Amino acid sequence: MALEYGPVAVLLTFGVALGVAAMVTAWLLRPSDPYAAKQAVYECGMEPIGPAWSQFYARYYLIALVFVVFDVEAIFLFPWAAVFKQLSAATAMGAVPLVEVAVFIVILLIGLAYAWRKGDLEWTR
Amino acid sequence: MSIHTIGVIIKDWLIGLLAGWGVPVELSRLLIEVLTWAVGAALCIIAIMLAALVFIYLERKVSGYIQSRLGPTRCGPVGILQSFVDVIKLLLKEDIVPAEADRVLHTIGPILFLAVSALAYVVVPWDEGGTVAGKVDAGVGVLFMAAVGSMGLIGIVVGGWGSNNKWSLLGAIRGAAQMVSYEIPMLLALMCVVLQAETLSLAGIVEDQKGSIIAWNFLRPWMWLPVVLFLISGVAEINRTPFDIPEAESELVSGFHTEYTGMKFALFFLAEYGNLLLVALIFSVLFLGGWLSPFGYPDPLRLPGIIWLLAKSLLIVLIVMWVRWTLPRLRVDQLMGLAWKLMIPAGFVALGVMCAVIMLGWA
Repeated sequence: MALEYGPVAVLLTFGVALGVAAMVTAWLLRPSDPYAAKQAVYECGMEPIGPAWSQFYARYYLIALVFVVFDVEAIFLFPWAAVFKQLSAATAMGAVPLVEVAVFIVILLIGLAYAWRKGDLEWTR
Repeated sequence: MSIHTIGVIIKDWLIGLLAGWGVPVELSRLLIEVLTWAVGAALCIIAIMLAALVFIYLERKVSGYIQSRLGPTRCGPVGILQSFVDVIKLLLKEDIVPAEADRVLHTIGPILFLAVSALAYVVVPWDEGGTVAGKVDAGVGVLFMAAVGSMGLIGIVVGGWGSNNKWSLLGAIRGAAQMVSYEIPMLLALMCVVLQAETLSLAGIVEDQKGSIIAWNFLRPWMWLPVVLFLISGVAEINRTPFDIPEAESELVSGFHTEYTGMKFALFFLAEYGNLLLVALIFSVLFLGGWLSPFGYPDPLRLPGIIWLLAKSLLIVLIVMWVRWTLPRLRVDQLMGLAWKLMIPAGFVALGVMCAVIMLGWA
């Protein structure tokens, strides 16, 4: 039932409240004297050239795709992991629970090996 | 007497009290339930704040002694008031936001990071029956912890993007890449423990190690690889040296929080030290028997379980600090290479070993 997650909702509220309260307290106490040089974007003393919101190369784009695959794999495997001991103890099942998951993992590992071979795991190419 | 029994006694007393005032039992049960959530959540927040105060002092002292210095000595005896002075300083500092920054995102970033990374505290089993969200933990504890634990990243990306600073943006991108990569070895290490304990509940994982120190997971040889994987990926997930690439003072100024001062900066640090405590707590729960005493169950010394849990976590925190002040920072490509080319294959090896151990009936 959703009520189980009550503590999570309360903690989220408290966390946000703590952040807001800390910022409001600081806002009441701190001095404020902004001027153009102080409000410039910090670039080690240089005048910044252009905003940071420009086209940039998210290098981990392919890595992120591989990550999604492995993350979903983890969601599939956790329920299996929780019952694997029972399944393998049931002699009638034999090695079936292990083999089924092994096939699944091997397919994923072939994918990882492919990405590795293609050089998609490198930071610079 | 455990936390759980004290809680039950207080709950019964409150129900009796409310019944005396003529409040229907159903309503008073609901009220007490909500009150319990609030108390639990407040304790989690207090734990994070205390962790930040203690760990900042501890980190400065530890780093001082490692580098043959004394660390803070001026504020109070042996500098013990240093953290409080720091809080006052951060409160009184001017808040500088770049004129070109997105003010909304810049403000939301730290709040989001703090609020979201605090969430995983609800599934930590502090003592026997002492989990804040016991029912969530009983169902999907490990998954909830892993899912929520990596969501703090959103705060980093929001803050880094909102600053409109190239250093911040680079730091945020690196942070995202790093968290994404080290999540997988961490999940694989967790999976080995789940295979051992046959449950997704963190409290259940502790129950599975019931007994003296020899029953704990870290003394099982097939757990040694997961122990190493979890410790390394845990340090990487909380962005600490040698994996503090998103901050990397020597190359990115200070990464995603370059444009942060005063209280907003403090909130980022509060959350980071909260995360440090969280990783230490989870490590203790998974491999060091959580709230169990090393002398057997029930504890012959009759200490509350939370003392044992905190003692073990403090040990882990000290190890992580020792690592921080000993090892140099990795380069960003080395960091990604380590995760994808060494730790993920090693994670699958650990998983295979674990399965073999179960099939052979040793576990």
